[in-house]
Amino acid sequence: MTHSRFPAQLPDPAPQTPEADMRSTAGESSVRPDNPPPASVAQSQRLDSIESDALARAQAGDHQAFSELYSLHKRRIYSLCLRMVGNTAEAEDLTQEAFLQLYRKIATFRGDSAFSTWLHRLAINVVLMQLRKKGLAVISLDEAMEPAQEERAGRSFGAPDITLAGAIDRMALERAVENLPAGYRLIFVLHDIEGFEHNEIASMLDCSIGNSKSQLHKARLKLRDALRIYPQQEGQR
Amino acid sequence: MTEDASILSCAQFQAQLPELIGSGENIAIHPHILGCQRCSALLADLETIAAAARQLFPIVEPPDELWNHIESAIKLEQDSLNRG
Repeated sequence: MTHSRFPAQLPDPAPQTPEADMRSTAGESSVRPDNPPPASVAQSQRLDSIESDALARAQAGDHQAFSELYSLHKRRIYSLCLRMVGNTAEAEDLTQEAFLQLYRKIATFRGDSAFSTWLHRLAINVVLMQLRKKGLAVISLDEAMEPAQEERAGRSFGAPDITLAGAIDRMALERAVENLPAGYRLIFVLHDIEGFEHNEIASMLDCSIGNSKSQLHKARLKLRDALRIYPQQEGQR
Repeated sequence: MTEDASILSCAQFQAQLPELIGSGENIAIHPHILGCQRCSALLADLETIAAAARQLFPIVEPPDELWNHIESAIKLEQDSLNRG
């Protein structure tokens, strides 16, 4: 399978229909600034309120408010960039570019989706453009949905004696994540590292929730293959 | 689910796995898992990977000077627009 096709740059995240707003989904946290998971509903509401206030002021041109938005979201955007490109200098450049894009486009944010989702979408576009510039072998989201040849053949994963033994070395996982095709890596980073829900990811990447689940599953299977110390075994029950 | 979950083949079960995992259901008590060591091991591995991702890759702080760079870039852009 070649990965020459680059994930198409996503359209600008501004225009969204009210139906696309995922914030009302049960169990979803729409705004998830950098702070650790909120300890209480009240705390979460307070963060939402801080963000809404800063956002409104930033949209009106308040530079201080923009810096507040940066403070709220810098860690997650930087972490996303870092996990996608694997080195700190490049991640800093990409984070800078993502926030510059935000500065240019913030007035177009209409609140149809969560701000965090919208901002991540901007950042993802920046990251994908960078990967494209570097000519890296990346996989499109569409391509990632297509099962590879061996998967079509009805491959069964794993056997009772082939397990990860319950512990994973950080370096090994880091390497395995770096070696994932970009489409898989993106979903894995967004869901398993950043903690976004599938409906948020679907909104960010313009794909279905089912696609997000499927791609995450494939990413984890690929990681498992990379991490297993035992040879692969094929088998059908 | 229309099929009898206890008689699913591994391939059939694994085809459903992304949706089952994404649904948040307790798959550990799924009839196929209860009777299949292979898929049970697979599920355990996938859960281990997901848990390790959160533990091993914390959200990290960018360097403090990054904001200064962003501010400078914004100012440059504004100046350029103002000069017009």
